[in-house]
Amino acid sequence: MTAASLTGANASTEVPLKRRLRRAERTRQVKALALVAPLLVFLLFTFAGPIAGMLWRSVDDREVRQVLPQTVAALAAWDGKDLPDETAFAALASDIQAARASGTVAIAAKRLNYALNGFRTILTSTARNLKAVPEPGTAKETLGRINAAWRERATWTTIKDAGGPITGFYLLAALDLTRNVDGAIVAASPDQAIYRSLFARTFIISFSVTALCLILGFPVAYLLATLPPGRSNLLMIFVLLPFWTSLLVRTCAWIVLLQSKGVVNDSLHWLGIIDEPLRLIYNRFGVCVAMTHVLLPFMILPLYSSMKAISPAYMRAAASLGAPPVTAFLRIYLPQTLPGIGAGSLLVFILALGYYITPALVGGAADQMISYFIALYTTETANWGLASALGAVLLLATLLLALVYGKLVQGQQVTGGMKN
Amino acid sequence: MEAGMVTPAPALVRFSGIQKSYDGEHLVVKNLDLDIRKGEFVTLLGPSGSGKTTTLMMLAGFEVPTHGEIYLADRPIKNMPPHKRDIGMVFQNYALFPHLTIAENIAFPLSVRKMSRAEAQERVKSALRMIKMEALAHRRPGQLSGGQQQRVALARALVFNPQLVLMDEPLGALDKRLREQMQLEIKQLHERMGITVVYVTHDQSEALTMSDRIAVFNDGVVQQIDRPDALYEHPVNSFVAHFIGENNVLAGTVEAVDKDFCRVVLAGGGTVTARAVNIAGAGASTSLSVRPERIVIVPDGSSSDGPNRLPAKVQNAIYLGDHALAVLDVAGNGEFMVKLQPGAHDSLRHGESVFVTFRPEDCLALDPV
Repeated sequence: MTAASLTGANASTEVPLKRRLRRAERTRQVKALALVAPLLVFLLFTFAGPIAGMLWRSVDDREVRQVLPQTVAALAAWDGKDLPDETAFAALASDIQAARASGTVAIAAKRLNYALNGFRTILTSTARNLKAVPEPGTAKETLGRINAAWRERATWTTIKDAGGPITGFYLLAALDLTRNVDGAIVAASPDQAIYRSLFARTFIISFSVTALCLILGFPVAYLLATLPPGRSNLLMIFVLLPFWTSLLVRTCAWIVLLQSKGVVNDSLHWLGIIDEPLRLIYNRFGVCVAMTHVLLPFMILPLYSSMKAISPAYMRAAASLGAPPVTAFLRIYLPQTLPGIGAGSLLVFILALGYYITPALVGGAADQMISYFIALYTTETANWGLASALGAVLLLATLLLALVYGKLVQGQQVTGGMKN
Repeated sequence: MEAGMVTPAPALVRFSGIQKSYDGEHLVVKNLDLDIRKGEFVTLLGPSGSGKTTTLMMLAGFEVPTHGEIYLADRPIKNMPPHKRDIGMVFQNYALFPHLTIAENIAFPLSVRKMSRAEAQERVKSALRMIKMEALAHRRPGQLSGGQQQRVALARALVFNPQLVLMDEPLGALDKRLREQMQLEIKQLHERMGITVVYVTHDQSEALTMSDRIAVFNDGVVQQIDRPDALYEHPVNSFVAHFIGENNVLAGTVEAVDKDFCRVVLAGGGTVTARAVNIAGAGASTSLSVRPERIVIVPDGSSSDGPNRLPAKVQNAIYLGDHALAVLDVAGNGEFMVKLQPGAHDSLRHGESVFVTFRPEDCLALDPV
């Protein structure tokens, strides 16, 4: 029976049927939606909302606009080639006077200081020394006398750039880029260009931890999947044990173990293997060890579930077909664990990217990861714009990774892992 | 081939005094001696737990015998790893590699043998042609039906021309019609390619359909190894008689033995003459075995006076299409079955008294159950 004949023959009854079907489906959908609604609302408030807020803050730039509104308006038409004209100077003087009265000079000073080191001094000294709004036509001269910086073009382009309402300043800074006085994007000065190497360090540590987790976790997962149930359950308890203790406790335990007067060094010394205590902590080694320990279960569990699904008959079949154990493992077993390896690695890698407490406690100054700086800018220096921009770049990198993984897994399903 | 050997088909596989225990207390296989000749189709038949699968696994190399030696083409293989034995195996659940296509699955044994790509491709192609699945070469096992997967598993086990092919209940997961079709296909393949097959099943009709010889396993011991017809006609004990085909059992005591025949007094009353197959002697208890199709029902008062004539009471008459079955009460056995022509059951009434007769040579006196 074709659709056409159906439509032709049952045209009179089809419409009500469709409508009834739709109605029935709709009721079911509404019920399903009602069931997940609490979770959706929860996620919206605790997850989607904060992420959107963070992304917004990474481009939001309204402080200067609020404190120096006339100046920003006056600079809007300025081409940035020469010093701005008298109107802009007058507007600035008037804005500064108003800002001093309302006590908001520091807000603009802080923002402008991010872009141009020393701007805080320029603005506060100007505010302090500007006794009254200058006579019309003398603003340029007055301000220039109070602080010579007002005769610099860069001072004014900084204000114009910070005029908002949105800016790429923080995102550029997060990538070690900045705009020069002519508005072109250039590399940031070396003393400020720390973020690329910071991202690189974060990725290298995450990658090392992922690789360590895979190397250590694979045999454990294999044992879990192949041991008889009684012993594998016991082993599983050991694997899950770390989940039952707090992250902080586990990290501190590593400090106790690895410090120069710690258990490991004392034992090695007692055994006569070393004379001087090894430096095992507050360096990259300590960070990798502690993070690997914490993240290992996230690798083992996906590996275990993919291995559990592999029937032992496959290895027997491979052997009976003439494959030596290593060949059978590489060509039959390993490819079937790839989804587990991918899922576990992605999980561990992404979790490691955002790690904060462990590197902060067991790492040295050269081992702090991106999240340490995000926390620093959020809580210490209150540079939320830069913190958000770093977060946004990290989020983007993570999403890209997840996307690549998704493509790989999809490709695996369509074309197969192995080609002849 | 050694000059001294004169047998036309020497043993390809020889089990010599094989014992296997998993726990050190019980023997799963007790002292197995079994020769399998080249080109033979031998089935290991038995109920689950009888040791047949363990025997197959020892031959494949996945289990190591606790005692004894296995010879393959006169070489001891007890300690040879499975991948060096050159034995193709078809598994119960096919064990096709799910991440490889059909063609890649079949090519696997060739590629691990480092066969040239051109030759391997040619072999794979002809194997696919053999199972009539050329069109599905690039599908994955998950996209095939059970019967198709079974064919691929078969092709994969045969493509590298192994000296021996093992099959571990390969048709267990298929429905009845497909199973019967595959039985014939496997049988034809065996005959056409002249391969040696060791087949494990618990399905006696499957064993009878395909095998040259059947080894009936029970409790870790081979009860009888014989051709299918010999097993059916000349079972050596009650287990084999009961396991192969339908069978009526009557308990009794041997009264007298006269060469190949004996007089047996039934526990439920009456005396019959039976072939003395497996009895201890006069005075010993015995189980008589009579096949349902070898029995004739005669109406009450019939004048024929054969040697084996027992009174019976009709319990039930069942129509089964190609034949009918009468269930009678004979000498205390309330499930005594007689196979009839369809339609012949119409005249039987429940509770009716009749007589059953059977020839002495169709009644076997076996060990008591």
